Order: sequence, then C-alpha cells, then structure tokens
Amino acid sequence: MELLSGADMIARFLKDEGVEYIYGYPGGAALHIYDALFRQDDVKHILVRHEQAATHAADGYARASGKPGTVLVTSGPGATNAVTGIATAYMDSIPMVVLCGQVASHLIGEDAFQETDIVGVTRPIVKHSFSIRHPSEIPTVLKKAYYLAASGRPGPVVVDIPKDMTAPTERYEYVYPKKVKLRSYNPVTRGHTGQIKKAVEMMLKARRPVFYTGGGVVTGQACEGLTDLVQRLGYPITTTLMGIGAYPQSDRQSLGWLGMHGSYESNMAMHHADLIVAIGARFDDRVTNNTSKFCPTAKIIHVDIDPSSISKTVRADVPIVGPAGSVIDEMISLVQGREPANPDALSEWWDKIEGWREERRGKLYDPSEPGEPLKPQQVVETLCRVTRGEAFVTTDVGQHQMFAAQYYKFDKPNRFITSGGLGTMGFGFPAAMGIKLSYPDDDVICITGEGSFQMMMQELSTCKQFGVGVKIVNLNNGSLGMVRQWQDLNYKSRHAHSYMESLPDFQKLIEAYGFTALKVERHEDLEPALERAFAHKDELVFLDIYVDPREHVYPMQVPLGSMRDMLLSKTERT
Amino acid sequence: MRHIISILMENEPGALSRVVGLFSQRNFNIESLNVAPTEDSTLSRLTVTTVGDDRVIEQITKHLNKLIDVVKLVDLTEGNHIERELMLVKVKALGAQRDEVKRTADIFRAQIVDVTPSVYTVQITGDAGKLDAFLQAMAPIGILEVARTGVSGISRGDKILSL
Ligand SMILES: Cc1ncc(C[n+]2csc(CCOP(=O)(O)OP(=O)(O)O)c2C)c(N)n1
Ligand SMILES: [Mg+2]
Repeated sequence: MELLSGADMIARFLKDEGVEYIYGYPGGAALHIYDALFRQDDVKHILVRHEQAATHAADGYARASGKPGTVLVTSGPGATNAVTGIATAYMDSIPMVVLCGQVASHLIGEDAFQETDIVGVTRPIVKHSFSIRHPSEIPTVLKKAYYLAASGRPGPVVVDIPKDMTAPTERYEYVYPKKVKLRSYNPVTRGHTGQIKKAVEMMLKARRPVFYTGGGVVTGQACEGLTDLVQRLGYPITTTLMGIGAYPQSDRQSLGWLGMHGSYESNMAMHHADLIVAIGARFDDRVTNNTSKFCPTAKIIHVDIDPSSISKTVRADVPIVGPAGSVIDEMISLVQGREPANPDALSEWWDKIEGWREERRGKLYDPSEPGEPLKPQQVVETLCRVTRGEAFVTTDVGQHQMFAAQYYKFDKPNRFITSGGLGTMGFGFPAAMGIKLSYPDDDVICITGEGSFQMMMQELSTCKQFGVGVKIVNLNNGSLGMVRQWQDLNYKSRHAHSYMESLPDFQKLIEAYGFTALKVERHEDLEPALERAFAHKDELVFLDIYVDPREHVYPMQVPLGSMRDMLLSKTERT
Repeated sequence: MRHIISILMENEPGALSRVVGLFSQRNFNIESLNVAPTEDSTLSRLTVTTVGDDRVIEQITKHLNKLIDVVKLVDLTEGNHIERELMLVKVKALGAQRDEVKRTADIFRAQIVDVTPSVYTVQITGDAGKLDAFLQAMAPIGILEVARTGVSGISRGDKILSL
C-alpha cells in the first residue's frame, strides 16, 4: 500500500493513465500540483502563455490522436481563460480533461481571492464535471473523468480541485483504478439490428443515394469500415467539415464536403437524393441551410451514438442509435454478397453527379497571373502539392479556413483539424503546437489569417521554449476577410471594423522570437518559399503570404434557401 | 401538450443545477419542478412539468437522459398515472367570510390547518386543476398568500421507476 498526498496522486494517476503531455499554467491554487509534477519525470508539462492555448493544444492533440488531451490551470482567471477552449472542444465532441485548481474548501463561497465557480461557469459546455471533496477520492474521480471524456460521445470534463485536497501533509492510500463503472452512464455498444437491416434494405433499393458522414466516424475510429461500405455499394459520399478525410478525398466516389461553403456537387447531390445515409453527423445549420427546404425528396437514415442528435433538427426516417464502428460493420456484413437493386438508376445518378462536377471544373476561382496579387486558393493548392497532401493541417477561422478545407485534399482522417462547431479564432496555432509535440516527425501546418493569428500569437514563446517546429501559413489579406465578405454581400460593402489598419511587421515579430519568417508577395516566390520552409524540418517557420483581399469564398449557400441554392462566384448563382 | 417527467438522479451536489440549467440552456419550458430524496439516500426524485409538442418532449427526455447524474426517467403522461400537488393558502377570514371559507374548503376536501382572528391557512392536495379551481373559488374572498409544491407523480399499477 502506498500513501500519497492529493497532489502526488494526481501526478501518479496521470502517469498510470498513460498521459504523456499536459498543457498548463501555474497559480496559487494549483501550486501543490505543480510541485508534485516537478518531482517526477514521467508526465511532461508544457507551459503555455495563455490558458486558452493550453485547451486548444490539448484539443489538437486529442483530434490527431483520438486520445483525451489534458489541461491543468489554476483557479479564477486561470480557469476562466480556459473557457473558450472547453467550449470549442464541447461543440466538436473532443475528449479532454481539464484539471482546475480551486480555493481551499473552507473559503469556497466567500468570494475568496481568485475564486470562481468554474463548475457553474462551464456547466453548459462540458460533458460532465466533478468537484473533489476528499483527497482519497482523487484516483476514482480522475478515472471517471477520463472514462467519460473518451467514451460514448466524447467531450470535455472539468475537475475542480480545492487547494486543501492537494495538501502535501495529508496522505492517503493510492491505487490506480483500472476500471470504473457509473450506474447512470452506459453508452450504447451496438445499434438495433432490426433497424440496421431496415436501413440496409433501403440502401440497396436506393436510386439516388448519398452518404453524409461527420466527425462521429472519425472519433468513432470507423473510417476503414466506412470506406469499405461505401466502396462495396459504389455510392457517392460527402462529409462534413469535421468528417474530412474519413473517406479518401482523391477517390472518385468522394464529392468533397458539404454545407455553407461545401462543394457544388455535394450540395446538389444532397438536394436531389432519394436516400441520405447520415453517420456520425448532426444536421447542423451550417450543413442543412433552411431545414424546411432540406433535401425534399430524400428518406433519411441517421446513425449516431447520441440519441439527442437524432431528429433534433431534421426528422430521421430510420434512426439508429449506436457507435459508427459497430453499426457500419453490421451493415457491411448485411451488404456482403448482395448488389444494389437499381443499377440503371444508379448509373443515371452518377451521370448527373459527374455533370455537376463538370459544370464547375476549372471555374472554382480565377487564378491570378504573375504580377497580380496571389489568390489564397492557389496558395493552399501549392501547399498541398509541396507537402504531398500528407501534413496535419490546423486552421483558424475565416476565409482561410474554408480555403484550407476546399483546396488541401485529405486522404486520411484526423489530419484536418479545425474548430467546426464553435468557430474559434485563435484555435489553429496552439492546436498545431499540441499535435507537433506528439507527432514530431510529421509536418504540422497552421493555416491562419492575420486576424486569427493575433489572438494566440503569444504561443510563439511556448514554441521557442519547447522547440516546437510547426509551420505557420498566414494568408494575409489585411482584413477580417470572412467578416468583410459578409459585409460585401449583406451590407453594401460597408466594412465596419473588418480592417486591420495597424498590422505588425510579422517578419520582425517572428524574428524577435528567434524564428524564421518568409514574406511572399509574388507568384514566383511562393513555391520556393514553401520548399524552403519545409526544408527546415524541425524549425518553426512563419510564411507571411500576401493574398488578394477582394477574394470571396464560394460556393456559398444563400440564406434561408435549400442545399442547392448557392452563390457560385461574385456574379453567378444557382 | 403538458407532460410530467419523473427523474431519478444521483443525490450529488450540482445534479439539480444541471437539470435546471439544461432547460434554460436549450430553451425548454418548466412549469413546475419538485425534488426530494427517496428511500434510497443516494437517489433523489425530481418531477418536472413541461409543455411542448412531441418533438420538443422527445428532445427534453433525450437530453435529460444524457446528463450523467440522471439515472432513469419516465414521462408519466405516456401512461396512466397519479398526479398530486400540495398547496397552502392563506385567505382572509373575517365575519361571514369565516364560514364561507370553511364551506368551500369542505367541498374541496381541504383542511384548515392554522387559524387567527382574521386569517385561515388552508391545506389542499390534488391535481393541478383542482388546486387552480380552489384558488378561483377563493379569489372573491381574498387570497393573501399561496405556496404550492409543484406536481409530484407516480404511475398507476405495477409499473415501477427504480434502479
Ligand atoms: C474568437 C472569435 N471572434 C470573432 C469571430 C468572428 N469571425 C469569424 S471569421 C472572422 C475574421 C477572421 O479574420 P482572419 O483571421 O484574418 O481570416 P480571414 O477571414 O481574413 O481569412 C471573424 C472576426 C470568431 N469566429 N471567433
Ligand atoms: Mg485576414
């Protein structure tokens, strides 16, 4: 039997749980824990420069690896700084455990120094939260936290730890709990067989089917199964932004991604489909556009591990509650040895889809000539080529995010890492940092905008301290481009506060931290600059790339319209 | 339609706030809410009455079930059930009013549980409709104060909501 203080139990538990990195920032209420971390070498602590960055770094790691990320912050301002990152993880169902210091138990409720009711503040944006009430419960509570974060529909879990719970003088028995059970929490392990059979029959009889899959397939680690199922049937597939890479985008059956800025062929196919097979996707408003006009001729099969996602915004005809992996496997075994019933209708369907593809081929944007400003789309296309489409790509939020998603092609899941649900500017850089630390041999690129980057640029200092060699591609359009686009379209180009009139000299800024920055203004400089940046394998390189500020992201769904109602360029509309 | 949802939840600090928070966060409506421990000290029972169409009620029950602290729940209005609420009412009771209050209380099988020279305190149980009717009957006499527990309910017959 081993006697440990609460703080030592936390350090020991993290080791026993297999946690390699924690991202955090110290402060009074967390100091016992920091002291325990100091006295061990197993768990590495990455000192960020703002607690929000800790949550995004842990989140990036979780998205890339599929394992929960870990964050440690102090009470009060430390914990409130983490809130945006917790909400970001919550919206995208990312497993994360956030350990928050808290004032000592006897001070709670007295408005003590740095006291914030963080459990209360985060209640609507966590999967669950705990407050430690006795040091001896630390191992089981932490085990529950990791179990809840990672199982079922994953999400962030907050653990509030009053300072007296970690006092070095009080020691209790420590045993690593290998398993925990919660009587009120039993995530489903498989779908209803009858419903799955019904779904498969509908799939085989479909004439104009489309698979529409989301982040649930990625977090459910069901991408191989999905690819197998989709290829057996030969049906088209579109994914959500969160589901990018679940099915190889270079394959003919992939229509790309769908929704507000999704591909023309995806949105057209959805609108005209007679069957939609939705797996691990949640029919959110950035996908469906106006739900009352959504896919008027389609029957809907909806597979999701979270029953509350089913029929929330769009009614499912065949609801299946279950994990993507096991449901897909069951579907595969039912499809085995059978053929779709309407080959002629399906080949007509494919002709139609190919027609939509042809319509837009070569018209997605106007590449600029040498001498004209670079187009952001060109930059991403070139970046994809130079990195052979194999990098981890994180993004911030705005036009650059959409261009990254449209023009970098992903054949693997867990590679395109973006804040889809909350749309958090500032996410990209710390997320890239979290990934690079755990995947040192891979290229990790943050595609950002000069607006977003400035929200978390203090992390340059963290990268310097820990030698984190991410590549930052700043699509510098000198404005809050996405805001500007909406103002162009909806406010007669009245650009209220979408300018950045006092941008820093990014090159000098980056150099102040001892890193290399390359400024790219001309066509002919782009590819050499990218080659050069990626030749510095393990170094942070910042590419400040000046792109055309007048560019808009298209397609763009028309507000209140159906899936097929899109602006295709500044002058074309469906 | 009005629904009565009965919930067994962990008797943990914060559990109640999660349930209540869910309703405001997702724009669901709460008509009444009542909560107390059960015979099992680790569980409390919470009864909430809410109004919504089938789609909304489905979302409410699904989201409640998703809360980690919620162990089990039942929508009592889906089957035969007993619904009760307790109300304490202070009414003016001067001169002729004293008899009037007493008579009306008798008709409703309510009891007068406290008396002063000018005020009667009446206790009444029943479904929400009966309590509303009693208040209506008392209104002309003069209602001074009302305390209602909110609806509590249980299903009829052998059906049991337990672990
Ligand atoms: C934290 C936060 N604040 C505000 C917004 C609203 N918003 C969305 S895109 C955008 C502009 C982003 O500008 P930039 O990072 O330069 O990207 P660009 O659109 O120019 O590519 C803003 C302000 C947001 N998504 N997140
Ligand atoms: Mg910009």
